[in-house]
Amino acid sequence: MAEVERDPFTGRETTGHEWNGIKELDTPIPRGVLMFLIVTHVWAIFWWFLVPTWPLGVTYTKGLLGIDQRTTVEAQVEDGQQQRAPWTERLASEPYDAILSDEALMQTVRDTGRQLFGDNCAACHGRDGRGRANYPDLTDDDWLWGGGPELIEQTMRVGINTTHPESRIAQMPAFGRDQMLDREQVRSVSAYVYSLTRTDYSTPENLDRINAGREVFASTCAACHGETAEGDMEVGAPNLTDAHWVYGGDLETIIASVHGGRQGHMPSWDERLNTAEIRTLAVYVHDLGTAQP
Amino acid sequence: MLANLTSSERQYALILASAVALAGVAMAIMGRSDVLGVHGVIVMLFGGGIAWVVMTSFYGPEPTDDRTASYYDDPIKVGIVLSMVWAVFGMFMGVWVAAQLAWPNLAFDAAWSSFGRLRPTHTTGVIFGFGGNALIATSFHVVQRTSRARLAGQVSPWFVLLGFNLFCVLAVSGYLLGITQSKEYAEAEWYADLWLVIVWVTYFILYIATIARRKEPHIYVANWYFMAFILVVAILHIINNLALPISLGHAKSYTIWPGVQDAMVQWWYGHNAVAFFLTAGFLGMLYYYLPVRAQRPIFSYRLSILSFWGIVFFYMWAGSHHLHYTALPHWVQTLGMTFSVMLLVPSWASAGNALLTLNGAWHRVRDDATLRFMMAAAVFYGLSTFEGSFMAIRPVNSLSHYTDWTVGHVHAGALGWVALITFGSLYTLVPSLWKRERMYSATLVEVHFWLAIAGTLIYVFAMWNSGIIQGLMWRTYTEEGALAYSFVDSLVAMYPYYIARAFGGLLFLIGAVIGCYNIWMTVRATPLAATRADVPVQPAAVPGE
Repeated sequence: MAEVERDPFTGRETTGHEWNGIKELDTPIPRGVLMFLIVTHVWAIFWWFLVPTWPLGVTYTKGLLGIDQRTTVEAQVEDGQQQRAPWTERLASEPYDAILSDEALMQTVRDTGRQLFGDNCAACHGRDGRGRANYPDLTDDDWLWGGGPELIEQTMRVGINTTHPESRIAQMPAFGRDQMLDREQVRSVSAYVYSLTRTDYSTPENLDRINAGREVFASTCAACHGETAEGDMEVGAPNLTDAHWVYGGDLETIIASVHGGRQGHMPSWDERLNTAEIRTLAVYVHDLGTAQP
Repeated sequence: MLANLTSSERQYALILASAVALAGVAMAIMGRSDVLGVHGVIVMLFGGGIAWVVMTSFYGPEPTDDRTASYYDDPIKVGIVLSMVWAVFGMFMGVWVAAQLAWPNLAFDAAWSSFGRLRPTHTTGVIFGFGGNALIATSFHVVQRTSRARLAGQVSPWFVLLGFNLFCVLAVSGYLLGITQSKEYAEAEWYADLWLVIVWVTYFILYIATIARRKEPHIYVANWYFMAFILVVAILHIINNLALPISLGHAKSYTIWPGVQDAMVQWWYGHNAVAFFLTAGFLGMLYYYLPVRAQRPIFSYRLSILSFWGIVFFYMWAGSHHLHYTALPHWVQTLGMTFSVMLLVPSWASAGNALLTLNGAWHRVRDDATLRFMMAAAVFYGLSTFEGSFMAIRPVNSLSHYTDWTVGHVHAGALGWVALITFGSLYTLVPSLWKRERMYSATLVEVHFWLAIAGTLIYVFAMWNSGIIQGLMWRTYTEEGALAYSFVDSLVAMYPYYIARAFGGLLFLIGAVIGCYNIWMTVRATPLAATRADVPVQPAAVPGE
């Protein structure tokens, strides 16, 4: 054990302890530390008086301010709803024509719809609504189940191929895999569908196959997609004569669709969003489709 | 390494290693229809490997000297090496998961490499692997030197060190296999937790027994902190991990804590893991290596007492500040908030005590990057404890919670405080332990220092910016009272900060790799120091007393 000695640099005495060369000065606790210690404790005690803090068996000290986080948040939710009420009530109840013709209300729809769309729809349809492989583009004004706000609202409420009792149901059968068409028929009908949008494909050497495919189409596909292949929104059958494809319009993907079938899924939003939110999104999505230049 | 063990101690070691291997066989058989079986095989190989090492030199010459006349440094040396290996592994995983946030394709579409599985390998790798091994190694060193006594066991230090590493291996490999009990920083499942209890209790007994052998009248401050670290981590670990396995043949278990009580126990654990693992333990390191390196007495013994008792008392109450604005009752939140603020002064007293100890040695801080590591660590410690108390205030927390600000705060502590104090301590310890005259390259220590500082600052500033932007975007409303931004809008805004964060982490990792090389070359290629007495007290050597 070392003796108490004086540190030449600070002029302080050491405590007289020493461990493998380490010594300690006997410096008193600086006054500032004690002051600051008191300040933090006064601050803490101040809060103990104001808000709920100390448990007392089955209850607790409630605090002079009478604040509780549950009532606070309930009041905040209430305030928020009241602030939004002027437009949410209109969006929830007014006919779509009235909403669409009110430019100020439409601006609100575009602002709030963007956030709602980002949090609920963008994961599949993309932040800009343009979709991606296997998820439809909502901005091209080409619709599976109809692009009017009423129809979009219905699609959002019940979903597509969901467990909702009124769900929209659509299935493209697996014609090849389930042996409704043989290999050659799958190839020819795919060639025909491909030729509908790719006129340069109708060369003399492909013509026989395309013509054979036209017959297969008339007997097998026209029931849903229509004689002219322009689709049917009553059953969610896409138009095959335009440039918009959900799963891809190249020949290989068309063959894959005909062979393996397709069955998309869109969730039902009835339970998750309220009426004002669903109708806001219906108008927003409708607007995305029609506002295209 | 076995040369220091007598033949009966070698027998103990062999029996222990074989028992572990047999436990592994039992796990592998009982868990053959579950991932538990994979862990059984890992345990078997671990125990078997150690048994094999023991057997290969089982009949080697036994120690002839009086072992109490020397310190027991072999486990410390292995602990340092393991610590640096885990540092590189854990920091690499950190850089990888950081890069995944900017470029999600780096998950390569596999389950094991998804963010959710890799992220705990990073946290466990750096906290327990790097930090834990460094704490075990330095605590073994400090307790012997400041007690002037050899460790109170010959086999038990190895059991603690290697047993702890077996726990880390089980934890990290488990995450990759999809084994987790979903408690942050306590993800490892029941069997690994039980094993850690055995290891940790052994650690505590060994430490206390060594202190009891001390030839100094007083117990040095560093040992107060190390004892608090070991004792409280045992308590936290046992209580938070109370769980029932679904069967002895399955890895899965369910916690006994229900609902919000589970959340409270978890964050009581989580916050005190920060307090007693990442703070108390590393303050033990600071209290020894900083005054040794600075060659200065500790500024104030009285301040040490105030900060020690303040830290160990107030931290215990602070955990509920992780659960502000949740189902946790309001009164529990107020307690967490106010005790977090009262904790500030004791924390700052520690940082201030360290910095004021440097008075009279600032020229050394300027010239010696090793001491500068420790000085910077004390600064970051002060910074992150202030930030922590600030973020614990409920209205502040309503902005910061769930954002990258929290991540930035944690890394100001983990990189700036924990890692810097560890590197500073290791650069002090390694030459002394291997009896070299200095580190292999002072320049490389300097390079490491600046890489670590640059990496930490880039990381922390990126996350402060990103976190505050994120928090503000989540609470910005339009004039109509609707949210102005969707969640994905905030992600787009994070993107440049995620890249900056990954870059900062990469600099830090490069620094750690340089540190590994420097330590390796110090051991391999640096001249021996002139002999310097570094042995427990020899009564005969102090004549006239």
